[in-house]
Amino acid sequence: MKENRVIIIQGIFLVIGLVFLIKLFIIQVIDKSYEEEAAQNAIQRVTEYPYRGIIKDRNGKLLVANTGVYDLMVIPKKLKINGNLEDFCHLLGIDTADFRLRLKAATKYSSVKPSLFFEQMSDIKFARVQDLLSDFPGFYIQARTVRNYPQSVAANALGYIGEISKEKINLVGKDNYKSGDYIGISGIESFYEKELRGVRGVKYVMVNVRGEEKGRFKNGAYDTASVPGKDVIASIDLDLQQYAEKLMKNKIGSVVAIEPSTGEVLAFVSAPSYDPNLLTGEEFSMNYNKLVHDSLKPLFNRALMAQYPPGSIFKTINGLYALQNDIIDTTTIFPCNRGIIACHGKHSSANFTTSIQFSCNPYYWNVFKKIINQGKSSNYFKDAKICYDHWREHVVKFGLGGKTGIDLPNEKKGILPSSNYYDKVYGANRWAFTTIFSLGIGQGELSITPVQMANVACILANRGHYFAPHLVKGIGRKDSVAASFTEKHTTGIMPEFYTAIVNGMELVVRSGTGFLARSKEFVGCGKTGTVENPHGADHSVFIGFAPKHNPTIAIAVVVENSGFGAEWAAPISGLLFAKYLNHKIEKDWVENYILKRDFIRDPAKPKPKERHKRG
Amino acid sequence: MTLQNQNQRSATSEVDLPTAALYLVLVFLGWLNIFAAVYDPELHPSIFDLGLNCGKQMLWIGTAIVLLLVIILIDHKFFETFAFVIYGALCVILIGVLIGGKVVAGSKSWIEIGSFAIQPSEFAKMATALAVAAYLSGQYVKLDNLKNLMTVYAIMFFPALLILAQNDTGSTLVFSSFFLVLFREGMNPTILVIGIVGVFLFIMALIFDKIYLSITYMVLSIFFILYNRNVRRKISSILIVLGIAFISSGITFSVDFIIKNVLQDHQQKRIKALINPDADPLGYGWNVTQSKIAIGSGGFLGKGFLEGTQTKFDFVPEQHTDFIFCTIGEEWGWLGSFILIGLFITLFLRIVYLTERQRSKFARIYGYCVASIMLFHFTVNIGMTIGLFPVIGIPLPFFSYGGSSLWSFTILLWIFLNLDANRKQVLA
Repeated sequence: MKENRVIIIQGIFLVIGLVFLIKLFIIQVIDKSYEEEAAQNAIQRVTEYPYRGIIKDRNGKLLVANTGVYDLMVIPKKLKINGNLEDFCHLLGIDTADFRLRLKAATKYSSVKPSLFFEQMSDIKFARVQDLLSDFPGFYIQARTVRNYPQSVAANALGYIGEISKEKINLVGKDNYKSGDYIGISGIESFYEKELRGVRGVKYVMVNVRGEEKGRFKNGAYDTASVPGKDVIASIDLDLQQYAEKLMKNKIGSVVAIEPSTGEVLAFVSAPSYDPNLLTGEEFSMNYNKLVHDSLKPLFNRALMAQYPPGSIFKTINGLYALQNDIIDTTTIFPCNRGIIACHGKHSSANFTTSIQFSCNPYYWNVFKKIINQGKSSNYFKDAKICYDHWREHVVKFGLGGKTGIDLPNEKKGILPSSNYYDKVYGANRWAFTTIFSLGIGQGELSITPVQMANVACILANRGHYFAPHLVKGIGRKDSVAASFTEKHTTGIMPEFYTAIVNGMELVVRSGTGFLARSKEFVGCGKTGTVENPHGADHSVFIGFAPKHNPTIAIAVVVENSGFGAEWAAPISGLLFAKYLNHKIEKDWVENYILKRDFIRDPAKPKPKERHKRG
Repeated sequence: MTLQNQNQRSATSEVDLPTAALYLVLVFLGWLNIFAAVYDPELHPSIFDLGLNCGKQMLWIGTAIVLLLVIILIDHKFFETFAFVIYGALCVILIGVLIGGKVVAGSKSWIEIGSFAIQPSEFAKMATALAVAAYLSGQYVKLDNLKNLMTVYAIMFFPALLILAQNDTGSTLVFSSFFLVLFREGMNPTILVIGIVGVFLFIMALIFDKIYLSITYMVLSIFFILYNRNVRRKISSILIVLGIAFISSGITFSVDFIIKNVLQDHQQKRIKALINPDADPLGYGWNVTQSKIAIGSGGFLGKGFLEGTQTKFDFVPEQHTDFIFCTIGEEWGWLGSFILIGLFITLFLRIVYLTERQRSKFARIYGYCVASIMLFHFTVNIGMTIGLFPVIGIPLPFFSYGGSSLWSFTILLWIFLNLDANRKQVLA
């Protein structure tokens, strides 16, 4: 009996031990969920933000930089006031009541986790405060960087960075961003986000139950170092950009200047613009709201997204098409029959070169009539459709009706309607030249962005080809761009036809509507345009390039609601040519004339009807 | 004088070395793990830092060794002779605590002597063990005698009630471990079986739906009657079986009443947390959940000494006292837990082995008391950390931080080692 009981008692010992070991085996070895929960408990993933790449202009001048700001942080529980509190507050520029208020707010958030006590101290304040910090344990300085634009230029080209939205996080993936992170929102900052942001590092730190940091997990064995973002070299020429912005002050419109041999954008202005420094730091939201509600829409990137009928500048494309397809030759003459369509200037007839010089509307009415009625079908309407499609195919090669592929987000395509569009509007076989004749002079359904205009200027400057315009000529140390920017796009039109057009464009500047762009130092070529605007004064447009041979700059200028192309866009282009080619301005009076004009406070009046369509 | 010297010499040389070695190993491991539990990796403290609990535990260990040397030198007859005196004194002290004690964590179980705080309930176990052993070793005491049995119960439960009055449920429950001693000494095991079945029914009622449980009990009893010829033959047997099933169902349905009306609020929550820790993961479930996470994350080999994150960063409450096993589970893994459990079970088996070689009934019964008390602490303490028992705050012998606990277990064990060392001088 007693022997049995001793064995039972020993059995109880062993059973208890066995039950424990089995249960322990289950939770320690078999069930892995406890390991995960332990990691969630005590190991915190801390993102190490890399330094964001800076942006320089083509000559190495700083466009976008990072500045250090110093935040004063406090851990309320560790705080001891061993020094003179009044002196400390005085340095910060607050009083002791404010000090207690801020401390109370911090303690309310957490007494053991760091809180922001004083935001964005300047270098000087930081240096002074730092001297006192040893008397105030619990305070420490946290340095961080904000974007800074030393020249305050090219806001719409450079773009800005801001806190990422929830929708955007879902879009780009949670691996790279989390709520509160910054991301490029527009311009180069957005397009080159991946390159600029670098690679985030991850640090695993151990935290205790109160969230206090307790050192590196496994001495940092799982940590990854952050890789700084790459610096970006913009193709922008700071001097030219600044001058263009100066000229566009108090005007609404765009300037896009491109180096024709490469497609590199030299100046990119959307006016009115804003100071990019407004969208940095703590006043971001307030300033952003102001800009969004500004009636002049400074955040709207006109150069990239505004779409205008091309107007007379489109005559160059129609002329080239007609020459290439033997519809006319360089000696073809049409009388300036102002009965069909209004014209301007003293001329009674024009040959090919003078048609460009005088921007002769009847000439291009006739050219476009021949383009659309080439006799490819015996049916008048079918012929129109076949010819239209053939013509459109060529116009697309000028970068119209589609994106140029510029390295900015949200580029607009412009409008180059397909024949199906007219079929839909008028019915199949129910439209012909008389329906669409305004396309001949760049009006009607056509629309084109300033970037596309500048690209057309490049094609004319290059006599038949272009490279997709781009704002960035190098990323990191390599002076390289994406392959899409080195691909040569050709228009399929023989160079000699360009010679004819370019000669006409030379005359435009030398003794035509572009005379205000004339220079003694170089031969400029261009074409003005006056875009009909039913809502007010016409838009003044100019495309051109300089010098005539081996041009180094091609340009498109649009000044909205200002009047004739000759009046505003042409002289602005001339000044920019001079600035870029000679680094000096020959005609001060032209500069003064441009700078003085304020279209925002003093809008131009619409011109009398009969003077319309002067180019 | 010569005889006394001789006695003492032989006593010290006859101390059971395996038990002494197990004791020292457990105390040393306990100290290391207390160090690990309070270790702050940012500060790199020393294990000897007297400002930390590991340093203090070192002092407790030092004094415990002095204490055990004193105990081993005391004449073995002293304990049997003065058993009731010690018992009486402890009861008086317990009453004193009730009047002028200090409240710590809701329990009024501490007395302050200068800067020291001592928990007399820890020592009451030893005193009760001595008294139970002394009474049961009496020549005419028999456990099948109701009067004798009641007397033993009285000896057992008087201090237990005083401790319950101090609001220290954990220490009170320890006194139930004496049932194992009574079982060894010939008590009718029916009470034990009924008790175990009752606890089983209680737990089942917490886990499963009460109506289904009752139906199950009834169905089981009917099957039992149908398939057991002996039962089937007698009406009385059938009635007994049905009665048991009926009572089981009654207990099942009374669980809610007992929980709501008998148990205190925190006790109710602890029991609920055991059944479903996720119901209140940040409240009473927290201890169980965090403790299981700490132990479970240890894996097979553990995270390594001082590498535990859960215990170190305070996710586990009371990590150096009642939840010290979490540190072992987390840092030493299943293998370390295996070794620890192995050491304890070896110690218990060794004590049982030693008791069975005693000529003196007093020494034998006392030995069983020692084994039972330590077994109870071991079982409940580790059981609660791995979610097998509700959270009952009692220390793990030799491991948990605390002077009272270490001293009381040292005294408890070493009195028995004294008795064992002098076993040959006892005339059976």
